[in-house]
Amino acid sequence: MSAAAGLLLALAAQLLHVALMLAAAPLLVGVIRRVKARLLGRAGPPVLQPWRDLLRLARKQPVVAENASWLFLAAPAAGFAAVLAAAALVPSFALGMASAPVADLLVIGGLLALARCILALAGMDIGTSFGGIGSSREMTYAAFAEPALILVVFTLALLVGTTNLDAIAAVLREGALGLRVSLGLILIAIIAIAIAENGRIPVDNPATHLELTMVHEAMVLEYSGRHLALIELAAALKLLVWMTLIGTVFVPFGMAPAGALPLWWATGMLAWAGKVGVLALALAGFETAIAKMRVFRVPEFLGIALLLALLAVVFLFVSQGFA
Amino acid sequence: MDSRLGYGVLSYDLAHLLGAAVLVLSFVLLYQRRMGAVINTYAAQAWVLAAAAAWQGWSQGAPHLYVTALIALGAKGVAIPLALHNIVRRLRIHRSIDTALGVFPSMALGVGLVALSIMVVLPTTLSRGALTREDLALALSVVLMGLLMMITRRSALTQVIGFMSLENGLILAAVGVAGMPLVVELSVAVLVLLAFVVFGVFFFRIRERFDSLDVSHLDRVGGAHR
Repeated sequence: MSAAAGLLLALAAQLLHVALMLAAAPLLVGVIRRVKARLLGRAGPPVLQPWRDLLRLARKQPVVAENASWLFLAAPAAGFAAVLAAAALVPSFALGMASAPVADLLVIGGLLALARCILALAGMDIGTSFGGIGSSREMTYAAFAEPALILVVFTLALLVGTTNLDAIAAVLREGALGLRVSLGLILIAIIAIAIAENGRIPVDNPATHLELTMVHEAMVLEYSGRHLALIELAAALKLLVWMTLIGTVFVPFGMAPAGALPLWWATGMLAWAGKVGVLALALAGFETAIAKMRVFRVPEFLGIALLLALLAVVFLFVSQGFA
Repeated sequence: MDSRLGYGVLSYDLAHLLGAAVLVLSFVLLYQRRMGAVINTYAAQAWVLAAAAAWQGWSQGAPHLYVTALIALGAKGVAIPLALHNIVRRLRIHRSIDTALGVFPSMALGVGLVALSIMVVLPTTLSRGALTREDLALALSVVLMGLLMMITRRSALTQVIGFMSLENGLILAAVGVAGMPLVVELSVAVLVLLAFVVFGVFFFRIRERFDSLDVSHLDRVGGAHR
């Protein structure tokens, strides 16, 4: 295969990947809502309902507060763009996409942090107390979640020797590293981080709109119309990015290797759908079984994630030092 | 680290992972705040320990380790947790975990203890195989975490659970080393059961005397007040 054909293939995989991520994100939210409703004994909305909501919201004129600045108007698009960029970097069904050389875990973490900061600023822009509370809580949680994420990345970098997600997935896919204790520990840590970052139970309840304890919904309370549509799409996309990230790092099996023919992609897509589906079912079951925790216990919860990641580093570092 | 010797071989990996699961459950024990959850976590730890013992029995080809697994499962995974739940119900102490130290500081101390045990065990056992060394480090961490739990909790019941999870660490160390005679394990198991009976009587005596299981009341009796 010539270099040009390889590049074309990588580009095609990249475009297909982004399109699939965008299409699947609201579906994922729909599936989770549906499963949760069924577990609670309700019929639940159809799986396509989030897509319908988005299309409907996109047609509606947004209502903007009088004292809103340009930041408030620009935030939904900017936040969505950051999440979309992160989504383009996390490989789903094929390795060696066009974005592989820049798919660094730190870049992905930074993009997600950027999206969060933009939304937190927008939450404070109008000046209502709800938005301010939501922003302050979001940043408090982030202050605990990010060090934990950095430690997770550090552990992977120690194991594999790079922070490039594509290279990490390629190495772990071989299975040569075996079942490492450190990998198990950071799996628990990254699940806790993902729960906090996506505002799922027990950290935040995604189904409420009028509660003193809400975080994400409090920040976006003032948004309506197409702005809200963008924010909701970004939130759904973020959830899918985290699930894909966990699947890519910890269960990289079934993904098409770099430079594989498009026939491989079909298997990769099936494997990807399976991985995300299992994670979605697990999330729905977990959220049904557990109650939301008090706001002041969340830093403790994330501190545990931090400590587990630290433990993983200790295991790698110290045992490598004395080998 | 010579990864060709240890990592990547299933029997090693799984034993290691089960040991780590026991250790993580020790951390969960420190994290829990409700009495019922603490007891359930202790039971889960015993189940994982039983799985670890059974796996070691299979991979070492040592059938007596299955007996160890059965003891761990029956006594520590079922009987003792049921008895503890019974005590909690009869004394009505469902949500009374008073920590002498906050959850986060005690967990941070726990990570320090794990690092300490790795640094102690690995250099002193350089001549042994990788499997034995790291499993020994894990087991020592579980023992130290049990001690930590006994120090950082005020209620007598949680202190006893700390003691029991310490003993889980001892069993973990014993099953990781090939050639531990069954007699030793049996006597340790019987000892723990006996200790549990004594503790059970003790709970009711403390409760009768002080209306609480908080052992700081005992300081007065012992003349430790200043």
